[in-house]
Amino acid sequence: MSAPWYKFGLFGDNVSLVVAFVIGIGFGFFLERAGFGSAKKLTAQFYLTDMTVFKVMFTAIVTAMIGVFYLGWIGYLDLSLIYLTPTYIVPQFAGGLLLGVGFVVGGYCPGTSCVAAATGKLDGMAFLGGILAGLLLFGELFPLVSGFYTMTPLGRVTLPEFFDLSYGLVVFLVVLMAVGGFAGATQVEKWMAAKKGVR
Amino acid sequence: MTTLTASPPADLRAATTTAARTAHPYMNPYLAGLGLGLVLLLSFVVMGRGLGASGAFTAVVATGVNAVAPEHAKANEFYAEYLGDGTTSPLMDWLVFEVLGVFAGGLISGALAGRVRIAVDRGPAITDRSRLILAFFGGGIMGIGAKIARGCTSGQALTGGAVLNLGSWITMLMVFAGAYALAYFVRRQWL
Repeated sequence: MSAPWYKFGLFGDNVSLVVAFVIGIGFGFFLERAGFGSAKKLTAQFYLTDMTVFKVMFTAIVTAMIGVFYLGWIGYLDLSLIYLTPTYIVPQFAGGLLLGVGFVVGGYCPGTSCVAAATGKLDGMAFLGGILAGLLLFGELFPLVSGFYTMTPLGRVTLPEFFDLSYGLVVFLVVLMAVGGFAGATQVEKWMAAKKGVR
Repeated sequence: MTTLTASPPADLRAATTTAARTAHPYMNPYLAGLGLGLVLLLSFVVMGRGLGASGAFTAVVATGVNAVAPEHAKANEFYAEYLGDGTTSPLMDWLVFEVLGVFAGGLISGALAGRVRIAVDRGPAITDRSRLILAFFGGGIMGIGAKIARGCTSGQALTGGAVLNLGSWITMLMVFAGAYALAYFVRRQWL
């Protein structure tokens, strides 16, 4: 085991901030390349006319998932040292729904709004202002909602652990689901394009 | 894509028309996804953590509240978690620097592709003003949602999705459910 490098002390906190900036550049670069600096492109996912969001997101998930799985399997990457946010079932159901609503109303998510703002989109900048306002509102109301916020805690738990399946099997199932999803998404795009043509 | 109706300076207008004419098409989605996935994998290998976005903005808000009303900020459990013991600024944070990189990376990619221009992205049936108001409200809803879910589409759906985190998959499925459920009601903004 020799990774994650940071956790094995290869560099300190100051260098980690430089690493953060460089990794962020890569993240922002590919978000913009994919077309995610455009709210119309992103929200077309929810009207089924352009399924790019699903395709990009699941290609990225599958790529990183397989990489992490194999690097762990050959003993290079210590998976127990990778940070996982703890699971809170009910808050994450509700929070996820709010994220979805905010996405289709606002046109972006926090990461893509940075890319939109950086490329001159005024609506991306307005969205960023909204995020700050929302966080301030949440922070001020936190004492009132903290009970709900910490409901149904399950701690650090993965899908293989929760469903008592092998890690490899879940990886395989996610790959199958993604490949099936890609084929389905492309088919849906064709139907929607044909429907538009008929109109 | 609709450029702003308010007149920008003549040189900027000329620049935007040129940019619009020469804007390159977007990258193939599978190729962009592969690139994004490799960046995420690199982050796991180098740092032992994935990507994020909303956490950086929380650090900004906590810093702002602390600057205006330090006692108030310290008394609030939510801000206090970000402020720590006060020896280092919450802005000296991994996610803050990562998000600064996201701005830079987006600008680099956009500039290389001729896609940097002042514009409001919206459908033809809505005004710029209404679009900006809705963008602000959507951002607000997403800010709150990201806190309740412990992360946004970057930190939960993408990062947590790749390491098969249970809570991340719940969040991801609910993001799609929420967006599809509401899409019909805001269609005038986009279609």
